[in-house]
Amino acid sequence: MPTGVKEIGCELAIIGAGIAGLSAALFAAHRGIETVLVGETGEILFASGLMDLLAVHPLEEGKTWDDPWAALTALRRDIPEHPFARTPTADVAAAFDALLAFLKNQGLPYRRRPDRNVEVPVAMGAVKRTYCTPETVWNGVRALEEKQPCLIVDFDQLRGFSARQIASTLEPRWPGLRTARLPFPGGTFSQQYAEQLAMALEAPRNRASLACDIRACLGTARSVGLPAVLGLYRTEMIFEDLQKRIGVPLFEIPILPPSVAGLRLQDAFHRGLAAKGVRLLPHHRVRGIRYEHNGHFILDITALDGEHTLNADAVALASGRFLGGGLRGDRNGVRETLLDLPVYQPKERAAWHRQDFLDPRGHPVNAAGLIIDDQFRPLGHDGQPVHERLFAAGSVLAHQNWMRSKCGVGLSVATAYAAVNAYQPIDGTRGEPGR
Amino acid sequence: MHIQVVIIGAGVTGLGLARDLALRGVSCIVVEQGDFNSGASGRNHGLLHSGSRYVSSDTEVAAECLEEADLLKKLAPQCVEETGGLFVAVEGDDETFIADFPLLCDKAGIPARALDIKDAREMEPCLSDRIIAAYEVPDATVDPFKLALQNFHQAHQNGTKLLRYHKVVGFKRNGGRLKSAHLVNTETGGAVFVEADQFVSAAGAWCGEIARMAGADMDMVYSKGSLAVTHSRLSERVINRLRKPADGDILVPGGTVSIFGTTSLRMDVPSDVRPTVREVDHLVSEGAAMIPEMETIRYIRAYAGIRPLIKSGDDGGDRSVSRGFILVDHADDGLDNFLTISGGKLTTYRLMAERTADRVCERLGVCRPCRTREEPLPTDPAWEWTEPGLAPREWIKHPDHEDPLLCECEMIPASVFDSVIGSIRAQGGSPSLKAVSLRTRMGKGACQGSFCGARVTGYLCDRGDIAGRDAHAELKRFLQERWKGERPTLWGGQLVQSELKEAIYCGLLGMET
Ligand SMILES: Cc1cc2nc3c(=O)[nH]c(=O)nc-3n(C[C@H](O)[C@H](O)[C@H](O)COP(=O)(O)OP(=O)(O)OC[C@H]3O[C@@H](n4cnc5c(N)ncnc54)[C@H](O)[C@@H]3O)c2cc1C
Ligand SMILES: Cc1cc2nc3c(=O)[nH]c(=O)nc-3n(C[C@H](O)[C@H](O)[C@H](O)COP(=O)(O)OP(=O)(O)OC[C@H]3O[C@@H](n4cnc5c(N)ncnc54)[C@H](O)[C@@H]3O)c2cc1C
Repeated sequence: MPTGVKEIGCELAIIGAGIAGLSAALFAAHRGIETVLVGETGEILFASGLMDLLAVHPLEEGKTWDDPWAALTALRRDIPEHPFARTPTADVAAAFDALLAFLKNQGLPYRRRPDRNVEVPVAMGAVKRTYCTPETVWNGVRALEEKQPCLIVDFDQLRGFSARQIASTLEPRWPGLRTARLPFPGGTFSQQYAEQLAMALEAPRNRASLACDIRACLGTARSVGLPAVLGLYRTEMIFEDLQKRIGVPLFEIPILPPSVAGLRLQDAFHRGLAAKGVRLLPHHRVRGIRYEHNGHFILDITALDGEHTLNADAVALASGRFLGGGLRGDRNGVRETLLDLPVYQPKERAAWHRQDFLDPRGHPVNAAGLIIDDQFRPLGHDGQPVHERLFAAGSVLAHQNWMRSKCGVGLSVATAYAAVNAYQPIDGTRGEPGR
Repeated sequence: MHIQVVIIGAGVTGLGLARDLALRGVSCIVVEQGDFNSGASGRNHGLLHSGSRYVSSDTEVAAECLEEADLLKKLAPQCVEETGGLFVAVEGDDETFIADFPLLCDKAGIPARALDIKDAREMEPCLSDRIIAAYEVPDATVDPFKLALQNFHQAHQNGTKLLRYHKVVGFKRNGGRLKSAHLVNTETGGAVFVEADQFVSAAGAWCGEIARMAGADMDMVYSKGSLAVTHSRLSERVINRLRKPADGDILVPGGTVSIFGTTSLRMDVPSDVRPTVREVDHLVSEGAAMIPEMETIRYIRAYAGIRPLIKSGDDGGDRSVSRGFILVDHADDGLDNFLTISGGKLTTYRLMAERTADRVCERLGVCRPCRTREEPLPTDPAWEWTEPGLAPREWIKHPDHEDPLLCECEMIPASVFDSVIGSIRAQGGSPSLKAVSLRTRMGKGACQGSFCGARVTGYLCDRGDIAGRDAHAELKRFLQERWKGERPTLWGGQLVQSELKEAIYCGLLGMET
């Protein structure tokens, strides 16, 4: 072994620190599996903080569902290759329960109606159908439903968030929204970035000043909507504190990326997983995977401080799609980036995308990805699992279109749960079953 | 107010003509079915031809280009980057053509300097090591948007109007004369009739259609050309392949990017042109012979335009149809007050305008001479923002952290949008998202509108320039316009970018319904 190379061993190596990889690590920890999570912080930074389960199916009809579980049943029937077709309802429910309980313990509570999708006002005055929302967003669901007289607040320099736009766009369905533009308290930092605003609100002085400004223009408003910048690390406390000072329910409106919702999730996962004994290698990238004769894996890893190798009994690929880096599109085809696994895909590049960007059916390339068996093992060219203990979860899987179906987090979490449960320890002693 | 001339088409030719006539005191109105430069003037290569490309096929055009390019460098330096150009041949290219090239340039009066292969590769390190001949020529680049805007700005200051989103659908005739042009407002559907003494069709590839509406005849050939835009600039100079004009043989720098083209495909109609995956693949492999990096570099978009070519008798393929312009006097069709100006190049737009204005003035009995040959094109600061690299330069000089950057790729702060919006209003226009993006670099960087699209829409709503109920529709149109160009370049890095964009607009905002 060359000098400077560190060697680490574990039972399960998870590749990818998006929502699929992070929740796989959580489920693995619950099963008592000794886990290492390798992955650069990915697009989670861009996420809205909302957790979709399933809201649209079939895409050809653009049919939207109030009951996500009924939608799942229909989808499993219509698209047997869909990854959801390999995840029974009970498992999806258990996965969500476990995830939400975990996040609540980390101070990032979520809210949902167990059997209902909800509609949330988001940036640009769009309304998003989703399954669960951060607690800080939930009052917006209620306010919209009840068409409450409400005040939408924005700040001088925060880009891409205009209260006036939200109010005037929502006007037909939610008339009478009032708006206020406020200077953001707390001095001279660059106020274009949500993260900086959120940090500033960690200071009580700034909260007092903001609350005072909002109270002054409250009028008859029964709730107040603000861009999702109410704190970064202690959101629960900050939100409560502001709500108390202002005196009416508040809600955060998810903003365009880069958002703090993703940072909050990341922070909660990192703290909580470490406490559960998961070893996190967040600034590391897997360069290659080798198989050993005895059926074990060796992962070659690059980090800021040099090269490492990781020995693992099993590997779960949660490496995402093009944005995450799990898939790569070349001029002549889509490839899986680590093992060059077979990728289900359209025949030629000319067929990857439709003529209309916003075609509700999505683009054929959205369905590209890894083909798996019922154990969530990627299949090789011969139709057999590539390796007994190589699993895949999340958006890297084929035959799904999370962006159009509104199932991003739901698909990642459900498949992570299934993949982790499919893993059987080699000697049959390590790891408790998850359910 | 009595209007003397109706000009149909707000491309560089129509707007150049508007300026020329305005400077001679003639009152004009320009009518345009879209916004300015919606035809070839907004979808070309931006090469200010030294003429060298045409020495083998058309010496007259070569000479015209040489002269006009020199004039523009002098009179409109704000629109020109004097990059210089190279012609290079690679192994396997036609030896006779290579040998003839310097002689033909010499005959056309174009200074072409032979270069050592080593020197050429030092000047442009991107060049392949399989180059076998290289010449330096005085090619340059021109910003067609700025050129059009500055031309119209001066015309407008001298009283010329521009009716955007008004399409000519017919004419009223009065014996041997056109009485009025029948326009339809493409946004409201309302009809407008504009009377004038003289009518000029500067409708580029659509001149055949316009002529037919007037009862005259013009046969056009529609040749589609596609171009691909790279993520970063590959070369300092324009690089031409030293061979008979063919597909994929010119690389033109455009500020921070390079643009490679073109293709040539015969079309039946001049509308709805899109670049295709196949064309882009073809360009990439052609380009790689001259510049190997073209195979691996990231492309951010492609676009396509229709060349307005006038049909001539013998059909030797679209590349052999003359790039010269023609001024047609429809007196032969029995119409005394109708002219068509078409064909030609961006490079020769001024000359085309001058010749046309001369004829119009002769008819109107106006004897003032052309002034655009001597007078510099004035610069108005509101219409400079299409220049690649200008906004970042200004921002770095005077960063103002209270002036948020709404577009980060091209570093355009809110204040620039304020200025552009104000100027659109001053010209009687309405500052839609589309109008604003056409007059700035917004959406033209690597993110192709992922972030700036939403931010600028929000900003316009906020200022009250667009209504909340129209905002999503405007944004969708803008995204779709970008998409047309991105679609064929979606692999590697740009595919990653487009997935993020889709995640935002569909995954997060659900705007597909
Ligand atoms: C803009 C945006 C908005 C969204 N909004 C919503 C929403 O409103 N509701 C919803 O439910 N979902 C939403 N999502 C989707 C959701 O957040 C997830 O992106 C999606 O579910 C996919 O998750 P994933 O974990 O499979 O992949 P990714 O999030 O792409 O994660 C892949 C991970 O793998 C890592 N990786 C890849 N290759 C390697 C390697 N070789 N070595 C180490 N690490 C590697 C990457 O760095 C990354 O961390 C949104 C996503 C985006 C981008
Ligand atoms: C792919 C390509 C690359 C090129 N590269 C170069 C180059 O590098 N250098 C160079 O010098 N030249 C180049 N050219 C040529 C140059 O772009 C054109 O010659 C020039 O732009 C023509 O300008 P125009 O104003 O005459 O026509 P256009 O720009 O086509 O303008 C015509 C206008 O008329 C409008 N119109 C049409 N019908 C109607 C109607 N019914 N009612 C109202 N308005 C109407 C259209 O909307 C359009 O705006 C290129 C052309 C193409 C297609």
